[in-house]
Amino acid sequence: MDNLFNRKYIVQGLFIVVSLILLGTLFYIQVASDRYFLSAESNVLRKIYTFPARGIILDRNEKVLVQNEPVYDLMIIPNDFKAADTLKPIDTLELCNIIGIDMIKFRKNLKKSTNQSLFQPSIFEGQLSVEIYQSLSEKLSRFPGFFVQSRTIRNYPDSIASQFLGYIKEVSAKEIEKSEGYYRPTDYIGKSGVEKSYETLLRGKRGVVRMLYDVHNVPKGSYADGKFDTAAVSGEQLISSLDIRLQKMGEELMKNKVGSIVAIEPSTGEILAFVSAPGYDPNEMVGRQSGNNYMKYLGAPNRPLNVRPIAGYYSPGSAFKPLDALLGLQEGVIDPNTTFNCPGGFRAGSLWVRCEHVDGNIALRRGLARSCNTYACYVFQKLITQKKYKNQKVAYDEWQKKVRKFGIGDTLGVDLPGERRGRLYDEAYYSGKYSKYWGYSTVISLAIGQGEMATTPLQMANIMAIIANRGYYIKPHLVKGIGTNRTIRPEYLKKNYVGVDAKHFEPVIDGMQDAVNTSWGTAIASRIDNIIMCGKTGTVQNSHGKNHSVFIGFAPRDNPKIAIAVIVENAGYGSTYAAPIASFITEKYLKDSVAVYKRAQIEWMKKQVVLPAEPKPKVVTPKPGDSAKVNTPPAGKQTIKTVIKPKPAVK
Amino acid sequence: MSNQQSNRFFFNVDWITILIYVALCTIGFVNIYASIPTQSDSSVFNFSSNYGKQLIYILAGLVLGFSILLLEAKFFSVFSPIVYGITVLLLIMVLIVGRKVAGNQAWISIGGGFRLQPAEFAKFGTALLLSRYISSFSPKFRDFKSILFAALIIGTPLFFIMMQPDAGSALVFLSFMFPMYREGLSGYFLLIFLGMIVLFVADFLVPMAVLIPIILAIGGFFIYQNRRKQKVMFSAILVTFVAIAYLFLVKVAYEKVLKPHQRTRIELILGLKMDPRGVGYNVIQSKIAIGSGQLTGRGFLQGTQTKYGYVPAQSTDFIFSTVGEEWGFVGCFVVIGLYLFLLLRLINLAERQRSTFSRVYGYCVACILFFHVFINIGMAIGIVPVIGIPLPFISYGGSSLWSFTVLLFIFLKLDSNRMGFI
Repeated sequence: MDNLFNRKYIVQGLFIVVSLILLGTLFYIQVASDRYFLSAESNVLRKIYTFPARGIILDRNEKVLVQNEPVYDLMIIPNDFKAADTLKPIDTLELCNIIGIDMIKFRKNLKKSTNQSLFQPSIFEGQLSVEIYQSLSEKLSRFPGFFVQSRTIRNYPDSIASQFLGYIKEVSAKEIEKSEGYYRPTDYIGKSGVEKSYETLLRGKRGVVRMLYDVHNVPKGSYADGKFDTAAVSGEQLISSLDIRLQKMGEELMKNKVGSIVAIEPSTGEILAFVSAPGYDPNEMVGRQSGNNYMKYLGAPNRPLNVRPIAGYYSPGSAFKPLDALLGLQEGVIDPNTTFNCPGGFRAGSLWVRCEHVDGNIALRRGLARSCNTYACYVFQKLITQKKYKNQKVAYDEWQKKVRKFGIGDTLGVDLPGERRGRLYDEAYYSGKYSKYWGYSTVISLAIGQGEMATTPLQMANIMAIIANRGYYIKPHLVKGIGTNRTIRPEYLKKNYVGVDAKHFEPVIDGMQDAVNTSWGTAIASRIDNIIMCGKTGTVQNSHGKNHSVFIGFAPRDNPKIAIAVIVENAGYGSTYAAPIASFITEKYLKDSVAVYKRAQIEWMKKQVVLPAEPKPKVVTPKPGDSAKVNTPPAGKQTIKTVIKPKPAVK
Repeated sequence: MSNQQSNRFFFNVDWITILIYVALCTIGFVNIYASIPTQSDSSVFNFSSNYGKQLIYILAGLVLGFSILLLEAKFFSVFSPIVYGITVLLLIMVLIVGRKVAGNQAWISIGGGFRLQPAEFAKFGTALLLSRYISSFSPKFRDFKSILFAALIIGTPLFFIMMQPDAGSALVFLSFMFPMYREGLSGYFLLIFLGMIVLFVADFLVPMAVLIPIILAIGGFFIYQNRRKQKVMFSAILVTFVAIAYLFLVKVAYEKVLKPHQRTRIELILGLKMDPRGVGYNVIQSKIAIGSGQLTGRGFLQGTQTKYGYVPAQSTDFIFSTVGEEWGFVGCFVVIGLYLFLLLRLINLAERQRSTFSRVYGYCVACILFFHVFINIGMAIGIVPVIGIPLPFISYGGSSLWSFTVLLFIFLKLDSNRMGFI
């Protein structure tokens, strides 16, 4: 043996080292990392989805509000198309002619699909009509790489209740990410209204079949004998609380106007009518033009996409006065016969709240019927200056807490997305703003529903439901039954009491009855034959233009069936537009038809155009001390010069 | 042959090696069977299918192997120049009458649908002549002449293989450096070779402006260290400058000589390029298949990547992906373990030979097998560029199985006869 013998160990060592390198790499890719395992699954496994029908939505009498209609999407697998096209050019021009697009659009679509995925199918041209589908399906074999996938889209037979129903659109990338794997590109999702808030129920359950594919994309049977496959389950049907007849009438009455109608069944909290004007035809949000239409409405004047009943802010105005009386009675600072003197206004410190009329001595019933500002202010003053509270600030805070119980200043929890809270400030806000120098006189405008208070039309209608129920409300809602079992969410069965005893409601209701049914009332335009309607008009100051016309009320007086709030923006007095509209809807609901002699009025009302003037171009340099200052709230202990405009009496 | 003789013969043959050989062939057959995408007739004796053919090859290989054991041991030493001559002639012939498969002119049809790949047989032809040269002249490879002569023996078939071109088989001829190293070739040759590989890889990963100062620094350090030993110092200076020249040469050769697809392969391996659906497709699919086997594998005939044909050339060059997918890390461990055991055993057997011819030949066999195993498995798991060479005894194909069988059994015959003189 020579010394070269030792070289054996070097050679053998090399063998061992290399074997260890191989084993180490193998350990990494086989055991330590599951990346390759997952890649293998995605190599062979394809999930084939079957799409469920989206749930339909019915009105309270089970008439169809939304149903489904089949459409056909032209799909493309870009790689298959390109491979076939290079072999033998495809007559793309003919395809364009069939589906009605030009070559520029064709190339654009192709590029878009290619960018999405070369191997996965994507929508080339969506929502073809039945006619196009028929002529295309005969020739489809001539266009390799293309196929048609059928799907259903929404259809609205009456073209109503667009803001209530909402619309569905293709999911965005963000929503796909948020859904943790439920949604896939080209899926549809509810984007607003009931379609959004009940999305998980309406969408149903997608079915999935797991198939194994070989390298040539030939199916090789189902995975694990279909153990993990599921069938598609249709979405739940929803029964809404809307009444198509009222909704339709409301939308027609509000045509060419801006505003809302909300009608609630007080005993159940079910919303009977939910009108937001201006609206749009829900069918326009479906189909190939939906994208363009959406953009059109997005930029349209008066924003048709706004859901005013739950997102519009209005000062309640005189509609708030029944609450003054109710709280006064409950606190015992007044009784129904307590009389105040109205000299044509109310002096609060240096502030003079004007009243339209000089009524002299006035008590609760007449005060409400004539909507007396002075009476409301006196009650408010008495509430805030009660001796049992340490000071007026504490008293105010207690007051605003009681007002909140009526659903003001917070969302009511309606089953629609986008509900807003309204506005009502607590003591801390005013103390922060005025330091310690403030009292009832500073916030006196709250007594007449003005100033720093805002409510949505839904909240106004809900206040009426509370008064109609004599002291409680059920959260207003739009869906009264889910699925075949017609289940209802438990929160929509619970009575919410507002902390005012039932006996205190009768005097207040007396006043509201007189407002509608006496010669001196402010709301006699809403009178209905043989039915005692109770209501209240409001003329809400609007810093941007003409006053808003408001009516709130309920009917009949005993065992009320409907509570309603109507707001017509920039329409002036409450009695001219809002009150008649409310009466038409109430009469339609209670009597099934409106008295014959009122038909002409209805037609007249439908034809009225009440739109705010086009906004003027803004003046760049306002004069010092100009109107711009008026809107800014006053600061510090200061004599408030805000003049509260008079409440007009009608007739 | 007398009874006594045959007894002695069977006792002297290394049965452990034969057992490993049979085991590897069986593993090969099982995995080739699993690699056939669609099986309408899945009978083992379906001779029109690859696994049916492989069964014939294995049986024929065994017959071939045992026939070699019956030959006179002296035969291989004596006839080595003739065997070598024939293989070189075949290599020339393939260039003239050969069939082109996948761009390489490497096959000779011998009728009946069977084809021969002379490059496979050139390996043992070369191994035999190299052993004969070393045993006859006992060169210690200290002088230029003996190195040149050995290089000529290796280089002649290498040249014709390069002409095909078959880079994989050509690369395997580098394995002859190890027997020469064992017989006295300076370790520097291996180091230089290793250095060339390192510099080649570094050339792609590190910019020239960084690489050259590093080389100069290392070279400078050695030059300074050996400043008193003039001879060593001069070699250090020489090596430094050759290294830098080599860097530029590689760059130029890479851009001017290599074909685009070869360049892409190198770039893929070095991670300079991502191209999952292009040239790298084979490797990625192979890695996916192997990786999806995880620890214990999906089980025999349960590999989806294998069954549905996701890995190209699965029964030949990428057979290891089937092992990886269906038998998992455990299966890979067993296969690599068997190979390692075989290689170490061959070296040990070689060292116990009394004749230089047998020893050198044993080294040749071990090192050829080593190169095949390392390159093939390395390629399947993506640490070596895609070079089409078979996995010994496991890959589908008659030529490769028979040439490895002949290669191995000649050594077993020599070993069984180790007491005698050749």
